[in-house]
Amino acid sequence: MSHKPLITFTKHGIYCPQGDFYIDPWHAVDRAVVTHAHADHARYGMKNYLCHEISKPIIQSRISGDFAVEGISYGKTKTINGVKLSLHPAGHIIGSAQVRLEYKGYVSVVSGDYKTGDDGISTPFEPVTCHEFVTESTFGLPVYRWLPRKIVEENMRNWVVKNQQQNKTSVFTAYSLGKAQRLMVALQSLGRIYVHSAIAKLNEVILQSGVQLPEYSPFQLGSDRKNVQGQIVIVPPAASDSEMIRKVPKTATAICSGWMQVRGHRRWQSADAGFAISDHADWDGLISAVKATGAEKIHVTHGYTEPFARYLNENGFNAQVVKTRFGEGEE
Amino acid sequence: MKKFAQLFSELESSNKTNDKIAALVNYFESADEKDKIWCLALFTGKRPKRPVKTTLMKEWVVEVSKIPDWLFLECYSTVGDLGETLSLLLPPPAQIHDKPLHQWMEEIKMLYPHTDEEKKAYVTEAWNGLNANERFIFNKLIGGSFRIGVSHKMLVNALARYSGEDASSLMHSIMGKWDVTTTRFTELINGETINADNSRPYPFCLAYPLEGEPEELGKITNWSAEYKWDGIRGQIVKRNNEIFIWSRGEELVTDQFPDLVEAVAGINHDFVADGEILVVKDGRVMNFNELQKRLNRKTVSAKMLKELPAGFYAYDLPEFGFEDLRNRPLTERRNKLRSFWPQTSRLLLSENLGFESWDHLAEIRQQSREVNSEGIMLKRLDSPYHSGRKRGDWWKWKVDPMTIDAVLIYAQKGSGRRSAYYTDYTFAIRDNDKLVTIAKAYSGLTDKEIMEITRFVRDNSLEKFGPVRTVKPELVFEIAFEGIGYSSRHKSGVAVRFPRIARWRRDKSVDEIDTIESVKALIR
Repeated sequence: MSHKPLITFTKHGIYCPQGDFYIDPWHAVDRAVVTHAHADHARYGMKNYLCHEISKPIIQSRISGDFAVEGISYGKTKTINGVKLSLHPAGHIIGSAQVRLEYKGYVSVVSGDYKTGDDGISTPFEPVTCHEFVTESTFGLPVYRWLPRKIVEENMRNWVVKNQQQNKTSVFTAYSLGKAQRLMVALQSLGRIYVHSAIAKLNEVILQSGVQLPEYSPFQLGSDRKNVQGQIVIVPPAASDSEMIRKVPKTATAICSGWMQVRGHRRWQSADAGFAISDHADWDGLISAVKATGAEKIHVTHGYTEPFARYLNENGFNAQVVKTRFGEGEE
Repeated sequence: MKKFAQLFSELESSNKTNDKIAALVNYFESADEKDKIWCLALFTGKRPKRPVKTTLMKEWVVEVSKIPDWLFLECYSTVGDLGETLSLLLPPPAQIHDKPLHQWMEEIKMLYPHTDEEKKAYVTEAWNGLNANERFIFNKLIGGSFRIGVSHKMLVNALARYSGEDASSLMHSIMGKWDVTTTRFTELINGETINADNSRPYPFCLAYPLEGEPEELGKITNWSAEYKWDGIRGQIVKRNNEIFIWSRGEELVTDQFPDLVEAVAGINHDFVADGEILVVKDGRVMNFNELQKRLNRKTVSAKMLKELPAGFYAYDLPEFGFEDLRNRPLTERRNKLRSFWPQTSRLLLSENLGFESWDHLAEIRQQSREVNSEGIMLKRLDSPYHSGRKRGDWWKWKVDPMTIDAVLIYAQKGSGRRSAYYTDYTFAIRDNDKLVTIAKAYSGLTDKEIMEITRFVRDNSLEKFGPVRTVKPELVFEIAFEGIGYSSRHKSGVAVRFPRIARWRRDKSVDEIDTIESVKALIR
C-alpha cells in the first residue's frame, strides 16, 4: 500500500489517523463514531459521539455525563479532515450502521455487528463494496446456520400457544435493545406483551424516534403478577432469574439467542425452550457479506476469529485476526 | 419419527422430572405399539450394535458439507456431541422422509451386511430427508447415547403412571431379557414376560449425615457401629431360585455381577439382604475407582471378573424365608443374618465395631481410610428397617475430606449441557520450580463462577491443544478429596480420589499453593 493506512487498530480501539477519530472505541476519546447503541460498542466517556439518528436518543438515554451526540441518516456523507464518512445499514438492530470511510479513492468499511437477514424491524443490511472490510465473527462456525426467520417465528408462536393452552405465562429472555423489540413484532397479536422496565424505557426512546412498535405494557411488580397469566413477558438476561419472574405463578421460559442453536448451550441455560434467533450473521451470512464487499483485505474481530479467518484465507481471501473488546457481555 | 422427535425435544426442554414423566406418558398414550417397544429398547440400552462407524459418518458429512477437516474439529469441539455436530453441518434437506420409528430402526438393523458404499447411500439419503433435529435423532438411532436424563427409574415411573402397574415389577420387566423384535409392548409392561413377585426389592433404609457430636446420641450401648463402605449400596433378592441384585437407584444390576450371583446361588434360603457391593481382592476392599471399571458394561469379561472380583458386605436383612422382618429390631435382623450368611471371601458380613466410648469410636473413624472405608455408620440397636430416610435411627458419620490448594493450569470445555463453558479443569501443585498436575475436577463451582473462569480462560490462554487450553497459572482453588495414593497417571506421582473444588481461593496467589512434599505427606 502506497499511502498510510486509513484505519489502524490501537489499544483504544479502531482509529482513523487521517480523520483523527475512533470507531467504537473502548477507552474514553474525543471523537467516536459509533456503529450501534449496544454497550460494547457505544461506551461511556467519549466527548463527541457520531452515530445513526435512531441511535442518538438511545445513547443519550443510556449514557450519562456531559457529551455531544450527532445523528446522521444512512447514506449521507460527512467529511472529516478530508475523510468521507457515511453510515450504511448493518441490519443488526435498529439504528445499527456500517461505517464507510473513503480517502483518496481508498475505502474501508467497519461493520460493527451485523446480520444479513431481515428481522422485520431494523433496516436490512446493505453490502458496501470496499478495499478493506472489518467483520465480526460471533457465529463464525458452520454449525451456526439459522433457520429462515418465518420458521423460527412460527416455532416461537406455537410455543406461546401451547403455553396458553396449559395456562402458562411465556417468559422470553432477550437483550433489551434489539432482540426485545424484534420479539414484540414477532409475537404481537398472540396476547398482551409485558416488558421489563429496562425494555420499557428503551421502547419509549425508540417510539419517540418514529419507529413503530406493537402495543406493550411495562411489567408492574406488584399488580401484574396475576394479570400476566397466559400472556407474554419479555425480560433482559439479567432479570431472567429475578424476583419478578419467580413470583409469576406458572411460567415457561425461553431464551432467544443464536447460541441456542447448540443443544449443550440450551441445556446449560436450563430454560424450558431455546430459540436460535440472532441479530448476528450466521456462517453463510458472514461469508456472503465478506464476498459482497469485494474487499482485498479482511479484518476479523470478536467471535470465532481464528477459524473464520483461517477459512477465509484458505478460500482466496486475505484475512487477519484483530483483537478487540467487542462482544464483552453481549449475546 | 415425528412423535419420537417431539418426545425427544420435550424431554430435553425441561429439567423437571414431572415434565419429563408427563412427556413420556403422553408418548406411551399416543405412539404406535411397535414404536413404543423400540423407544423402551433405546432408552434402556437394548439397541442393536452400531452398524455404521462414526468415522465414516464424519467423512460423509465433511464431503457433503465441503468443509475442511480442521473446521469440522473446531465445530465438534464447540458442539461437544458428534451426532449433533453432523446434523448441524449438513445442508438443509431437499425432501421429507416421514417414517415411523420402528421402520427406521428396522432399516438401520438391516445395514449390517452391506458395504460401506451402500451404507453411505442409505445414510446420506436419510439425512437429505430430515430436518436438523430429526437428523440428530437419526444419528443417535444408528449409535451413541441420548443423554437426555431419562434414567431407568424415570422410565419405569412413566410406565407405571401410564399402565397402573407396579413400578418394581415394571423395572424387573424392562431390565429382564426380552427381544425388541419379538416382544410386544403390552405383553412386556403387563409383566407377562416375568414373575414379578420373585424380584421385588424393598425401599432402602437411608441415613442422615451426623451433624453434631456423637455424644448427643446418648449411651453407646444403644448403638451399633460399622464401617461405612464406599461402593454401591444394593439389595440381593433371592426367592424361588431366582436371584436379583438391585442398586440403591432402584435399578437392576444383576447382569453386571455374575460372580456375586454365582456365590449367592449357593445359599439354600430365600432372603433379601441389604449391603454394599465392592471390589474385594485378597481380603481387602479396593477403592471405588476399581469398582467403577466394572459398572455400566454390556458384558463383564473373564479378565475383569478375575482382576476385579466383586464382594458384598451384608448390612441388614429385610426379609428371610418370605417373612418381612423390617419391623423387627436391628439386633434380631443382624442375628438372623449372621446365622446363615456364608461369610466367604465374596459374601462378607459388615462387622460390628467394638468401641468403649464415643472418643474411642472417633479414633476408629479417623483410621477408616486405611481400610478404604469413608467413615462410620451408626445404627440404633432397636431400629426397624425404615422405608427411605428417617431422622434419628441411622446416622452416617463420614471422615472429613482432605484438602490442598492448587492452581488451575488447563481448562477444557464441558460436553453436553456444559459445552459452552470451560468446566473441566486440571490443577497443579509445586515441585521445586515446576508445576506438576495433581487432579482434574469438574464440580464444586457455581454457574456464575464457571462463567467467570471461562472469561479468564479466554483472555489468558497460553497454548491450545485441540480443545484444551493452557492458562496462565494464576487462579488458586482449594481441592477436596477422599483419598490419596501413589500413581503414575499424574506428573506429580500421586492421585487423589473424588477430587472436587471446595472453593475458589481468591485470597491466595500461586506462590501459596501446596508443594509436592506437603501433598505426599498426606499419604498414609
